[in-house]
This record gives sequence, structure tokens and C-alpha cells, in this order.
Amino acid sequence: MKRILVGIKRVVDYNVRIRVKPDGSGVVTDGVKMSINPFDEIALEEALRIKERGGAEEVVVVTVGPADCQQQLRTALAMGADRALHVQADGGIEPLVTARVMLKLVEREQPLLVILGKQAIDDDNGQTGQLLAALWNRPQATYASKVELHDGAARVTREVDAGLETLDVDLPAVITTDLRLNEPRYVKLPDIMKAKKKPLDTLTLSALGVEPRVQLKAVSWSPPAQRQKGVLVKDAAELVAALKQKGLL
Amino acid sequence: MSSKILIVAEHDGAKLNPSTAKCVTCARAIDGADITLVVCAVNAAAVAAEAAQLAGVSRVLTLENSANEHALAAVLAPQIAALAEPYSHVFGPSTTFGKDLMARISGLLDAPQVSDIMAVESPTRFRRPIYAGNAILTVEVATGSKVIGTVRTASFAAAAAGGPAPIEKAAVNVELPKHTRFVSISAARSDRPDLQSAARVISGGRALGSAEGFKILYALADKLGAAVGASRAAVDAGYAPNEMQVGQTGKIIAPELYVAIGISGAIQHLTGIKDARTIVAINKDAEAPIFEVADIGLVGDLFQIVPEIERLL
Ligand SMILES: Cc1cc2nc3c(=O)[nH]c(=O)nc-3n(C[C@H](O)[C@H](O)[C@H](O)COP(=O)(O)OP(=O)(O)OC[C@H]3O[C@@H](n4cnc5c(N)ncnc54)[C@H](O)[C@@H]3O)c2cc1C
Repeated sequence: MKRILVGIKRVVDYNVRIRVKPDGSGVVTDGVKMSINPFDEIALEEALRIKERGGAEEVVVVTVGPADCQQQLRTALAMGADRALHVQADGGIEPLVTARVMLKLVEREQPLLVILGKQAIDDDNGQTGQLLAALWNRPQATYASKVELHDGAARVTREVDAGLETLDVDLPAVITTDLRLNEPRYVKLPDIMKAKKKPLDTLTLSALGVEPRVQLKAVSWSPPAQRQKGVLVKDAAELVAALKQKGLL
Repeated sequence: MSSKILIVAEHDGAKLNPSTAKCVTCARAIDGADITLVVCAVNAAAVAAEAAQLAGVSRVLTLENSANEHALAAVLAPQIAALAEPYSHVFGPSTTFGKDLMARISGLLDAPQVSDIMAVESPTRFRRPIYAGNAILTVEVATGSKVIGTVRTASFAAAAAGGPAPIEKAAVNVELPKHTRFVSISAARSDRPDLQSAARVISGGRALGSAEGFKILYALADKLGAAVGASRAAVDAGYAPNEMQVGQTGKIIAPELYVAIGISGAIQHLTGIKDARTIVAINKDAEAPIFEVADIGLVGDLFQIVPEIERLL
């Protein structure tokens, strides 16, 4: 079956004001709104559109994390994914471990495409897609803003520092999404009801034979340096004078 | 103790990208750093000669191969991985080039990557921003494992001129994949300075209203010799091309002067400009969050203010 695997991560919603705990042991996550990582929502939307155009037959969403991640998997099913896989793991999973899990799932599911977000907005690591592509020994097309499938290959336009780069990659391949790839659909109430009946399987790291190695130890968290609030000037002339005074003009 | 550090040079085939000199400064912050730069190219001579001038670099290696014409991560990563054995650290810049490539190297070497290094605390301990820069994480890499790193270029000054370091041809025996093929690149050619290394940057937001509206920024930028940036909202709306986006998911910059015009100052935007020396904000809404971080603020209509500033220069 022509299948697309989509990775999603449960993260603190992008609208939440992040605060570091006073003892530096993490950031405050109690009672804050959690969502699907925005880049992963874009990944799922792209997979659904490819399926709707006839380029795939099944969209499977995957997450690695604790039990409450199932909420986000249900949301993904409501968006239109056909089934979900939850790989149980207690927080602090490193990108290399996530990538190893994804590789195991790739071996089981034999997808034609794996689509992931280019980064998760909590850890901002931006590694999992490239790691998976390396471990799988398949192409990667990161930071995608356009994807077209034809004849066993994908033509992907990528947002790079210089502008837009286009690559052809043979399938199967890993694609990671950038913001302008698409605008994810809204979930409708009847879809939430339907999603409750869609299959959601739970797996463990040990069943997949992946060891939760810790090679990157989080030592401490601290708030960023704050910038001082400056002065207000009243018009363009004052602004130019202030810049001259600072030696900036 | 000495650390052997391999830095992957970023370049366009002719010139070294300024991000590489910043990686060198980051690497030099590691005790006993012995720094090797590697240039992957078809003809590496010009770029290698430039790289050899960076103070703190012990040697420059060249990996020449016709497959290296375009910087494809899938093609470059196995070559770097094959070269990496004797090194304790492998670094590259946190640019789209480095982010795409270094994590693939991390996967091939099964060695953990520290993304966006902003400070070095020890050869294995680094500080990096998370949550769009709203928190700083100190992370320790397990002893005995190689450290792959991407360097947050806005956190480091460029290495000064020094050298010249010796240039050596390197060769690796690896099969390069054919599954990834370059098709094209469309980059707007502009005479303005490069956004990532410019001393002055003028950025526009949604308030500019159109690509036409952005012209008043270009006019001002040209008078100031500045690069032009944009908020995500402006890029999404098609007022400016994607390579101009500044922020968490765009470019992270540290100019001497940053002027935010008609930009509200969303946290994802601010994370891209936190290291600017001076931030100027022009916004008609006195409550806009950009004023919380601006050194100089001016409340008013940009369409009136910007042309006025231009006239005053
Ligand atoms: C995952 C994720 C990643 C993101 N990454 C980025 C990123 O990298 N970079 C980025 O910029 N954003 C990013 N964003 C988007 C960000 O949250 C904001 O939506 C965006 O920065 C807003 O852009 P803006 O300030 O131009 O628009 P708005 O927020 O709409 O602000 C427009 C401003 O213009 C002012 N204005 C209007 N008319 C005038 C006038 N005539 N004169 C003067 N001022 C005027 C208004 O008062 C307002 O403050 C990201 C969001 C998400 C969810």
C-alpha cells in the first residue's frame, strides 16, 4: 500500500508565554495549553493533500512520548489521518532515539514518504528528519515549501538562506516542512467523533528494540538575558539625531 | 587536554560564507582547540585560500569531487563522516546549509548533535536557546562520544585574519548516493548587503501592505547601505521573498542597527534579533510588544515617517 508516515510531537502551544522555573529545573508546563507542533500539523496537511490527489492510500501518524500525547494523535486522526501509532516513552527523548524509533516504524510500515516538521518549537533541535534519512540511507529534502510526486520521485522546493532551491529525490524519502508549504485545515466536530473510532496502537521502545540512550544531558535551564526598554522619540528628526548621537549614522 | 575540531566550511563555490569565521570563534572557545577546516567543492582552491586566512585555523583540508558542485547533504555527509574519525568535535554553522548537513552527519556517526550552540562552557558542555529563545538550556554531552554541533552564528564574532594555515588535499573512499539531484536555485540577485552579515538591517512587517509598499524600505536601506529583512507575516503575504524572513524559523541576525518597521514584535520574530546592538522600532501602536525591546521607539505612521527619515539622511 502507498503509505505516508507523519511524525507529530506534542508541544507547548506557540501562543503560551514560556517561563523558566525559578529553580532552573525546566520550564513551566503545568496547566499550559499543549498542541501539535505547528510544523507537524503542516506535515500532516501535506500528507492528506497528497492522499486526496491520489498520490497515497494511507496516512499514518506517529508520536514518541508519554501517554498524554494521545490527545494530539486524536487531533491528527480528526484532521484525517487513517491510523495512529503511539510509541510510549517518558519525556526527554533525544533526537537520535526518536529517529531510531522512526526507522523501526519505517521498516514495519514501508512508507513511500516520511514527512516531519523541520523543527519542534520546544527543543528547537531540528534534527529528526535528517537523522532518520541518514539511518535509513535515503534522501532528505528539508525545509520544503512545495512538494510534487511523480514516477517514484519527489520534486521538492526548499526554503534555503539564499532563496528557493529545488531538488529531485527518489522515493522513499524524508521530507521536512517549512511554514509556507500549506495552511493546515481546521478540525470539524463530526471528524472528532469519527476519530474516536480510528485505530490507535500503542507500542513500547523495548518492543521495538530501541534503547532510550541519554547522550545529551540537560543540566539546567535559565531565562534569556533581557533587553532594557529604551526611549521614545517624537518624530523622524529626533530619531535621526538619536542615531547620530549613538554613532550609528 | 586537546580537542580536535573539524569545521565544515560553507561557501558558494567561489567565496567563503561569513558563517564559517563565526564557527571558528566558537571552536576557539573550547580548551586546547586544534581546528581543521574542510572545504568540499569541485575546485576548492579559492575558498580554501580564504579559509586558510582565519586566525586559529591549524589546517585546511579540501575534498574535491565533481559531485560537490551543489551542497547536497546526502552527498556531503558521507564524505565528512568518513573524515571525522580522528576528531572530537564536528561543527558547522546554524544556517540552512549547516542545519541540513550536520544532523545527517550526526546520524551517520551515531553521535549526538548540539544544535544552535550560543556559548561554550567546556569541551562537552554548551548553552543553547530553546522555546524560540525564551529559555536557555545548558546541555552536557556524554563522555566518550563525539560532539556534532551547529553554531548559532549571531552569538559569535567572526574570527580575525591570521594564518595562513597549510592547505592539504584530502581523499575519502566512500560511495556517493545518486538518489538526490539538484534541479535549480532561484535566488534574488541584489546589490544590498547580505542579511546575515550586514551591519545595518531594515525590516518590514505586515503593515507595509504590499510588495509595492516595501519599496519605501528598499529606498531607505539603500541610503543607509543596509540589508532588508521581513517578518513572517510579510513573507507569507508575498510582500517579500522567503530569504528575507527574520526570526525563529527565518534568519537569526546580530547587526549593529536593526530597524523594525510595522512589525508587532511577536516572540518568534524577537528571537531573531535579540543580539542586535541597537533596535529601533517604528509602529503606530504604542502598545506593540516591539517597544519592550527597542532601544529607540517612534510611535506613528510608517508611511509618513520612513520617507521623512530618508529625506533627513
Ligand atoms: C511556529 C511559528 C514560527 C514563526 N516564525 C516566525 C519567524 O521566524 N519570524 C517572524 O517574523 N514571525 C514568525 N512567526 C509569526 C509570528 O508569530 C507573527 O505572526 C509575525 O511575526 C507577525 O508579523 P508582523 O509583525 O509583520 O505582523 P502583525 O503582528 O500583524 O503586526 C503588524 C504591526 O504593524 C503595525 N502597523 C500597522 N499599520 C501601521 C502603520 N501604518 N505604521 C506603523 N505601524 C503600523 C501594527 O500596529 C502592528 O504592530 C512564527 C509563528 C509560528 C507559529
